[in-house]
Amino acid sequence: MNFLQPIKNGIFSENPTFRIVVGMCPTLAVTTSAINGIGMGLSTMAVLVGSNIVLSAIRKIVPDKIRIPIFVVVIASFVTIVAMLLEAFVPSLYKALGIYIPLIVVNCIIIQRAEAFANQNPVLSSMADGIGMGLGFTFALLMMGSVRELIGVGSIFGINIMGADYEPAMIFIQSPGAFLTLGFLMALVNFISYKRKEKKEEAGE
Amino acid sequence: MRLLLIIVSAVLINNFVLVQFLGICPFLGVTKKVETAIGMGAAVIFVMTLASAITYVVQYAILEKFNIPFLQTIAFILVIAALVQFVELVLKKTSPSLYQALGVYLPLITTNCAVLGVAILNINYHYNFIESVVFGAAAAVGFTLALILFACIRERMEYSPIPKALEGFPIALISAALMSIAFMGFSGLI
Repeated sequence: MNFLQPIKNGIFSENPTFRIVVGMCPTLAVTTSAINGIGMGLSTMAVLVGSNIVLSAIRKIVPDKIRIPIFVVVIASFVTIVAMLLEAFVPSLYKALGIYIPLIVVNCIIIQRAEAFANQNPVLSSMADGIGMGLGFTFALLMMGSVRELIGVGSIFGINIMGADYEPAMIFIQSPGAFLTLGFLMALVNFISYKRKEKKEEAGE
Repeated sequence: MRLLLIIVSAVLINNFVLVQFLGICPFLGVTKKVETAIGMGAAVIFVMTLASAITYVVQYAILEKFNIPFLQTIAFILVIAALVQFVELVLKKTSPSLYQALGVYLPLITTNCAVLGVAILNINYHYNFIESVVFGAAAAVGFTLALILFACIRERMEYSPIPKALEGFPIALISAALMSIAFMGFSGLI
């Protein structure tokens, strides 16, 4: 069993945000700074790994007809655990993420992985899949957060980068900036993959 | 007056989709045609209004009463999932024509974060029962408004030449950004 494959898959070829385009709400909403992006990404990853492990462990005893409600209950339980841990140990992050923590429940990534992967694969590979997808999501959120913080405030992780003379473009940390940043990042990813394909075709001929 | 404020704020100023980023998946997923956007919007208005009322009762009559508010997330998502199923069944029996119009969109609503979002926001803002229902309905109207406007833009985009890397989601997101800027103009209203 190869563990690196699903992890690599999650980060690159099947990146949940840029490739499959799921889980858009938190991607847009909480990425006003790099640190919020990482916080949200890791919380989602924790839920994803936990629910993938449990759901793949019980996949043989879950009746097919009522699997979705069962998925939802398991996921919601993990979300509640994560929310409580965040509230206890990193209250500032808990406050910054706010309503989007309980909304991890309806993040399409988690239910999609449960349905497409954990429901059909053994525990260990489901765990690896959860880690890979979680890392891919965290990576995307970190990118979003860094770009928006850099342009909108002039810093990354609160460290000033652009110098004192830089006049921040506030709009990037407001809501239009979220759509704009994601749109251009996605276009960039597309552009790179088209270029790669062209190169491969040239090399193949 | 307070109710009017809630409505204006939920529909225009704090628009669910464009400002609060709730319900982005259907916003990007079903807005390729105006008809589907209208269908989805109608289904969401229906479910969100009902969900606001029911989760309010669940919160104050069950969770608070038995001192288990930490189960909020689990309870709400189950209530919403059950509600959507129930609405589907009732519509199928009582009004087949409406069911045909909304049918495909109903199952999608369970995982629409706008519905769970409105339920949690109602509790966070400490709205009373009537305010909760009004807020739910108004937020859903705002959602529908954004969906229909966006669908109109996307229908036009079909016929425009677009650079290859921007095709599909990227250009949709960039036009959503422009719409979002336009909606920021409403923020001076109250």
